Amino acid sequence: MITIKNLKAEIDSKEILRGLNLQVNAGEVHAIMGPNGSGKSTLANVLTGHDNYEVTSGEVTFNGKDLLSLDPEDRAREGLFLGFQYPVEIPGVSNAVFLQTAINEIRKYNKQEEITPKEFLAKMKEKAKVVGMDSSLISRSVNTGFSGGEKKKNEIFQLLMLDPKLAILDETDSGLDIDALRVVSQGVNEFRNKNNAVILVTHYQRLLDYIVPDFIHVLYKGEIIKSGGKELAHELEEKGYDWITKGDK
Amino acid sequence: MSVEIKKRNPIEQFAQSAENVINKNTNSAIRAIQEQAKSDLQNSQFPTLKTEEWKYTNLNKFLANEFVHTSALDKVELKKSEIDALVFDSFESHVLVVVNGVFNKELSSFSEVSNKVTVSTISEAIIGNDEEVKKYFSKISINNSVFDFLNLSNFVDGLYINIPANVIIEKPFQIININGGTVEKSFSSSRNLIIAGKHSQSTFVQKSVGLEGNLYFNNISSEFVVAENCILNFYNVELDNDDSFHIEKTDVLQKRDSQFNHFNFTFGGKLVRNDVNTKLSDENIECTLNGLYIANDNQHFDNSTFIDHAKPHSTSHELYKGILDDNSRGVFSGKILVAKDAQLTNAYQNNNTILLSDSAKIDSKPQLEIYADDVKCTHGATVGQLDESALFYILSRGIPKEKAKSMLITAFAENVVAELKIDKLKDEINHLIFEHLNRDEVV
Repeated sequence: MITIKNLKAEIDSKEILRGLNLQVNAGEVHAIMGPNGSGKSTLANVLTGHDNYEVTSGEVTFNGKDLLSLDPEDRAREGLFLGFQYPVEIPGVSNAVFLQTAINEIRKYNKQEEITPKEFLAKMKEKAKVVGMDSSLISRSVNTGFSGGEKKKNEIFQLLMLDPKLAILDETDSGLDIDALRVVSQGVNEFRNKNNAVILVTHYQRLLDYIVPDFIHVLYKGEIIKSGGKELAHELEEKGYDWITKGDK
Repeated sequence: MSVEIKKRNPIEQFAQSAENVINKNTNSAIRAIQEQAKSDLQNSQFPTLKTEEWKYTNLNKFLANEFVHTSALDKVELKKSEIDALVFDSFESHVLVVVNGVFNKELSSFSEVSNKVTVSTISEAIIGNDEEVKKYFSKISINNSVFDFLNLSNFVDGLYINIPANVIIEKPFQIININGGTVEKSFSSSRNLIIAGKHSQSTFVQKSVGLEGNLYFNNISSEFVVAENCILNFYNVELDNDDSFHIEKTDVLQKRDSQFNHFNFTFGGKLVRNDVNTKLSDENIECTLNGLYIANDNQHFDNSTFIDHAKPHSTSHELYKGILDDNSRGVFSGKILVAKDAQLTNAYQNNNTILLSDSAKIDSKPQLEIYADDVKCTHGATVGQLDESALFYILSRGIPKEKAKSMLITAFAENVVAELKIDKLKDEINHLIFEHLNRDEVV
């Protein structure tokens, strides 16, 4: 699905990613954990194509294509999705118009027919139910006046609507109460199948009780310093990051 | 070697064309008014940057042109099918056609309301001894300036509409103001006099368009009487040719319990200046003056408003929004006067601008003069760029940049457009926004 080789990136001339390697295959869920400032969000933003970040070296292959040479909108059309850490409010643009436009742009790019209004409405209803979103939120402006939890649910709702090949979820669990966390996790589990993949960027081991990853990676100072199976999460929970990073000091 | 330079005097040129217009006019009452206007014109000067009301709008490029009055040129003949191509056709309307300042009945279609409403030329009304025309024609205009005199002395035959008391007009009127179409640089003066009776309700869309041909100067003056408990909406859509000039003045007299809603939508024209002046002459009046403009290249749009709160218990709302790209320039000046007597006045004014380029510029000048002590008056001006994080969010969902931009700009314009009472006109405006933003791509 995606192969990241020796990725280095900086923001405002400050190097954040210092040679990151990662391979994610279809059907897998990878969790990337690490302390604050380790480069987790930078990785998510670089992969999505945010122009505040500059890639200084390395390569990323996404389904056989050179991801880094694509514009952000083309990355999305190739099947990449970012669940934002801080979803943006867009007053005046309704969720429905926003999503219908997005779906049709992606379909157009992939030479598929446009979604009919009827299909679109049916799909909206179905997916809104999964994340327990009130239908009134759908006609409202994107994220405008939403609570923190509603914004995160809306990210997962969009994930289900757009049905990408690779979902990168940037701290989707932060700031959620346990009920919202369950709903969000349920949405992600519903999304998972053998043809797609998920990269969970998270701070907390708690999320991994609900979305069980195949692999866990610890990101520290812009590099992956340890990888393992799901049991690694519990070790981290018990011993903290110091256990891995102390050799560094 | 000496070169004799004959200095052109624009005032004299416009006075000369006025004289030709007046000489052709057979009605003595109108002639007297126009003679006076011509002599006032000759005693006036065009404003310079030193003139407070024109501080940010330089007229040199306008005055550099030698315009010929369209009445001195071959008449522009249009077919009905050509009119059909110019009107907004997504909603039904009573179409009134004005070609180079002259109301053309043959090209218009308002038979459905002709038994309820007076629609005629201004001279027909004066010849017919219409009392209200005599009372109000050229009398509503306040702060007379050189452009008032220019318009009044040069108008040939304007549009007069009188809506009697209690008449509700369901479909809007659509005034198509057609300009140019000549080999020479031309100008014409259009005049509208609209008198809306007590308890009447009506909506107008005025659409200014230009024909193919040389550049032109579109000069419109509208006068409104909005009688007791009357509701009048006027939506002004300015789509003049990009090399042309548009100077328009709107003067409104509002009476007790009335509601007047005026919207300026400016997309076309090289230099556009809109003046909207309303006098809230009695109590419990509502007045809304809104505007939306999108400028690019070297377009210069100047909106100037004046709301005169003369009596207590009235409310005015003003919201002007602009999107400026390339080297374009916007000006907004909003004057609000609250007389000593006008207690419990509410006046709200806002001007918001998005600059899409580093070289676009906006000058925003609120001007509140308040002599009453128990009032609520607010004003605000914001200038910003397109929200980059919102743009990235939209892009990251697979939507291309130009569509993402126009989504954000349509959203920015939304609260102006949303207030329109004609749903289909909202779509037309949103489409014009999209077209104007992407016109390099469309052409």
